[in-house]
Amino acid sequence: MSIAIDRDKCIGCGRCHDICPGTLIKLDSENRAYIKYPRDCWGCTSCLKECPVYAIRFYLGADIGGAGSLVHIEKQGDILSWVVDRADGAQITIEVDRRKSNNY
Amino acid sequence: MEIRRFETDILIIGGGTAGCYAAMTIAENSDRSVIICEKANIKRSGCLAAGVNALNAYITEGKTPQDYVDYCKRDAAGIVREDLLLTMSERLNKVTARLEELGLVILKDKNGKYAARGDRNIKINGENIKPLLAAAVEKLGNVKVLERVNIIDYDTSGGRINGAYGIGVEDGCFYAVKAGAVIVCTGGAAGLYKPNNPGFSRHKMWYPPFNTGAGYAMGIRHGAEMTTFEMRFIALRCKDTIAPTGTLAQGAGARQINSLGEVYEQKYGLTTSERVYGTVTENQEGRGPCYLRTEGITQEQEELLLKAYLNMAPSQTLKWIESGMMPSVSNVEIEGTEPYIVGGHTASGYWVDTHRATTIQGLYAAGDVAGGAPQKYVTGALAEGEIAALSAVEYLKGEHLRGELEGLEKVYEEAERFLLPKESLYTTEQLEEAMQTVMDSYAGGIKTNYRFNEKQLDIAERKIRQLYELSEELTASDSQELMYIYELRERLTVCRSVIAHLRARKETRWHSFGENLDHPERDDKNWYKYVDSKLEDGEIRIIYRDIVPGGGKVYEHSDRQG
Repeated sequence: MSIAIDRDKCIGCGRCHDICPGTLIKLDSENRAYIKYPRDCWGCTSCLKECPVYAIRFYLGADIGGAGSLVHIEKQGDILSWVVDRADGAQITIEVDRRKSNNY
Repeated sequence: MEIRRFETDILIIGGGTAGCYAAMTIAENSDRSVIICEKANIKRSGCLAAGVNALNAYITEGKTPQDYVDYCKRDAAGIVREDLLLTMSERLNKVTARLEELGLVILKDKNGKYAARGDRNIKINGENIKPLLAAAVEKLGNVKVLERVNIIDYDTSGGRINGAYGIGVEDGCFYAVKAGAVIVCTGGAAGLYKPNNPGFSRHKMWYPPFNTGAGYAMGIRHGAEMTTFEMRFIALRCKDTIAPTGTLAQGAGARQINSLGEVYEQKYGLTTSERVYGTVTENQEGRGPCYLRTEGITQEQEELLLKAYLNMAPSQTLKWIESGMMPSVSNVEIEGTEPYIVGGHTASGYWVDTHRATTIQGLYAAGDVAGGAPQKYVTGALAEGEIAALSAVEYLKGEHLRGELEGLEKVYEEAERFLLPKESLYTTEQLEEAMQTVMDSYAGGIKTNYRFNEKQLDIAERKIRQLYELSEELTASDSQELMYIYELRERLTVCRSVIAHLRARKETRWHSFGENLDHPERDDKNWYKYVDSKLEDGEIRIIYRDIVPGGGKVYEHSDRQG
């Protein structure tokens, strides 16, 4: 379980660094975010929810069945859109409304 | 390291669920100054970073707080503190109402009442539960939050707490916080045992990998009495993603089946530990893997499940999508996790009185770090945060001398010593892996199907002591690495206590949670009692205590010295 940060998209706002519950994300000398301790990521996706430019995607490690899919979160108000880019090119989006409870 | 000094009326260590609520309670009931020391950022720190799918501790219509106490007592085979459970249960609905005021979305039926999931649960959208709590804390005038400050030690003298010391995770400073009272809310301990997936995904565990047992370890080192560390918690989880199973089992009604398609849960019993034990046994006897039977659920149910998991364990939704094995067409494989020590699920933690006072004067405990009251979940942690906060406020009304931080020099020098440039043969990571291997092999980890005997525990104890000695020689090049050294040493300290407790209870009261092969039967005649412990002169002394009676009675510490 870890995240991949797109260095070219990163605007260096530092929000992912600030939010990480493990303090695992750092900013490099050019003020771009990178994950310093990828093996220590819990997979909580807090950083994905903070990133204003969707530069962070998360994925499952190969050791737990990961097969190349990456997910990012696009936020619009109370709607969180979880966008999964599968390795086969398919894109699947699931919208979750924060104002609605789970049914389970 | 630069030394930064602070002084406050009440120091809260850990800004998770219990810590945030304790701060809110203090601000609403007093004008005491509060400092929260949090190792990360309270917006997403602690157990609820990704969110939570339901409130699992709620008194639903027609039920009473005593019903909840009785449920917990049954599930723990009697080893609980009824006084703690009852005072917690009486507050569950009040704290839930407060959460709703803060903005938590709770599912309601057409009459406007909370929609129950079974007898004790209500359904929510808990994705943003931690940001809601953090926002409430940030509005409080008398509360200062020190973020990325990791507390490493208490200051005590004469059995009383005077404050605590910490290190800035990134700023490289040494923090000394003097306080009139301290509330410890550091959570439980993950990472003691080798995890399900020890490679790249080693931290994809159920419990937060950043909860290292710091609160337990500091208490142990300062002679606090601890209880029931032999009742470990092992979660039954979705394979690989270690995502919760309750949503499938309770929410979608999925049953536990083996690879032959047989429902096996009735065979072993339905307590939390029996559900794990049944799964382990089915595997051992050749009927694995085990699953939650989801095949045949409707498309609508499937869509709702995918969303529900995104709100607490998004890796499971990703796994379904990425593998193509959707729950409607493919049952969900389950497995037991590595054991954790966590007082919010089992009864491990500080031995506290009804007011949540520990055996160290001025030190209160709430949430997963406090023992005796399992099945707290989110609302129980909030309730305990409230009780501990009110108790600390009450305590400060007394005429207590506030002690000076006499241990500063010693703790500071110890931290500085790890920062000296020197050659170290081993790294912190290597010793952590060695510790997890020892616990896995000799103290009832996944490798031995959670079983152990006393000869194995002897080996575990020797090896853990050796690792602690080796940890003295570790070296850190920055403050984050320094934190990792302390976290390792905290875990090793907790491991030693776990081993001592596992050895002390000479029966098997809970399958899997404490499966002692030398004493495989439950023995109510001799072991219907608490196993407590204290560190004295470097050795762990076991204390046996009679079960504290229920019926609304208050328990006070009458014999703090044990």
